[in-house]
Amino acid sequence: MTIPDDYLQYAQRRYGMDHDRYDWSMLSDRKPVTWPNGARVALWVVPALEWFPLDMQGKPFKPPGAMQTAYPDLRHYTLRDYGNRVGIFRIMQALERHGIRASVAVNAAVAIRYPSLLKACVARHWEVIANGQDMDNLHHGGLARETEKALVANTLQTLRAASGQPVRGWLSPAKSESAATLDLLREAGVDYVCDWVNDDMPYPMRAAGGTLHAMPHPVDIDDYTILVQNHHTEDDFRDQLCDQFDVLYRESQTQGGRVMAISLHPWVIGQPYRIRALEEALAHVMGHAGVWAATGSEILDAWTAAQPS
Amino acid sequence: MRDPGLYDYLPYDQRPQIRWPGGARVAFWVAPNIEFYEIDPPRNPARAAWARPTPDVLNYSYRDYGNRAGFMRLFEAMRRCNMRGSVSLNVAVCEHHPEVISACADAGWEFYSHGTYNTRYLMGMTEAQERRVIQDSIDTIHKHTGQKLDGWLAPALTYTDNTLDLVAEMGLAYVCDLFHDDQPGPVKVKKGRLTSVPYSLEMNDVIVYNVNLVSPRRYADILKRQFDRLYAEGEHSGTVMCIPLHPYLVGQPYRMAAFEEALSYITGHEGVWLATGREIAQHFNDHSYDAFAAASQPVGEAP
Repeated sequence: MTIPDDYLQYAQRRYGMDHDRYDWSMLSDRKPVTWPNGARVALWVVPALEWFPLDMQGKPFKPPGAMQTAYPDLRHYTLRDYGNRVGIFRIMQALERHGIRASVAVNAAVAIRYPSLLKACVARHWEVIANGQDMDNLHHGGLARETEKALVANTLQTLRAASGQPVRGWLSPAKSESAATLDLLREAGVDYVCDWVNDDMPYPMRAAGGTLHAMPHPVDIDDYTILVQNHHTEDDFRDQLCDQFDVLYRESQTQGGRVMAISLHPWVIGQPYRIRALEEALAHVMGHAGVWAATGSEILDAWTAAQPS
Repeated sequence: MRDPGLYDYLPYDQRPQIRWPGGARVAFWVAPNIEFYEIDPPRNPARAAWARPTPDVLNYSYRDYGNRAGFMRLFEAMRRCNMRGSVSLNVAVCEHHPEVISACADAGWEFYSHGTYNTRYLMGMTEAQERRVIQDSIDTIHKHTGQKLDGWLAPALTYTDNTLDLVAEMGLAYVCDLFHDDQPGPVKVKKGRLTSVPYSLEMNDVIVYNVNLVSPRRYADILKRQFDRLYAEGEHSGTVMCIPLHPYLVGQPYRMAAFEEALSYITGHEGVWLATGREIAQHFNDHSYDAFAAASQPVGEAP
């Protein structure tokens, strides 16, 4: 094995990032943001409505929640569908208790397969954001640009027609993007993307058609990671959500508004033995003064209005 | 080779006594790894940088969280505990994020090298190539911080057979790459004098969070248990406890409070020397290195 000498050359070694999609800045150095009515923490709840096809190919990799056994993997297929049939309604009830409206990330396939579920979300004045076509259509570097462009267009067309909403937000399945995804999303009228996990506040990103924004949407404190992947208990999940809030809330006292995003998978958190963890965490968060439960678009618009022009 | 031959055998109960400054029982140090992972680095034949196809937006941005958000949260918690850091530095961060470097430098933190980028690996390099990487670290840290480079933790824990010989020959004093002990010890190198300073994978937040998948409050418990035992044993001969950290992990809001509680517990004890890697290595070199070398037992040749 030999290493070519150009392995020791660093073309992007310079101030800032090693790409041009966004500028480098430290969260603590930015101008403090105040949320509407002087709120300190914007609570953003993002359940995902997912459909994993039984014959999924898992290309170029299997997304979290993919089929696992030999075909036909009825056990995982039906357990994922549990979220759309049962689990999501437990989440709806938990949120309604506090008047929280979610931004629901929807596979276009779910809107087509279960139109009444999408209507139930819209009737609750939830924001619908796009979560791609389905969990077996990942956006990745191996896709031809035209293929990906059609995937974006079809997904948004389906969800916009079904929801009657502009569908301004986008979460890629498995948070996977190609090098062109941001450009295609901007061209299709998407205002914010939830794939990047490098910040606790919105920030602008450069795309071919103009600016769009990254919204803070974490991967490591969601229900799937904590409960399924890490095998933590329900009480542990509740404690981590509460600890997350407490640190952000304390920080907001000196550094300005923060966003606390809670990413949920109804087939995980919507199980009878787990839902109380969410209920208790929401009670903790909503028990504080200065918490603004909002949708992604509302948070982004408030953040944009607070930026120096 | 079957045995890297880096140290002789020295059983825990037959050692010269280590006396830390002020009669401290434990030399305690905290080593934040301040890293830069490139979004599209050249491929080392032995290892791909990312799990997913390029661009691996998820994993790239997860690491970037450390510099944008996590670092300052950790920095403030350490400041509240009067704890200086010993930065395990991908030296290209000096160019990419000088704000992070100056915050550490102004607080009196030490910088040691963790390679150039965490996406450039050493395995497969010729001796000349590896010398260039080490020299780059020496020069970059001196240029941006004024500090002499004394310590080494190989980038992404990647090595050649020459790595430790080269860092010793090029004037570094200590390495964090060996996990065989709870006290410093001599490293057998061809030229120069090199000390192994205990670093610990067990206490490392990457292992704790990404491999062992523990909860933040459990991590705090692990840290306290580790400290309690090393503190008790340190009554007889000084021990070392290191907490290696990564701001993208420990700096997440849901993990920060539990960590700070553990850090405050440790630094709140009497008889704990709040040190840097360089200070520990130097004290060991000046007072214990020769005695440890003399007491060491040669290792027999396995059949």
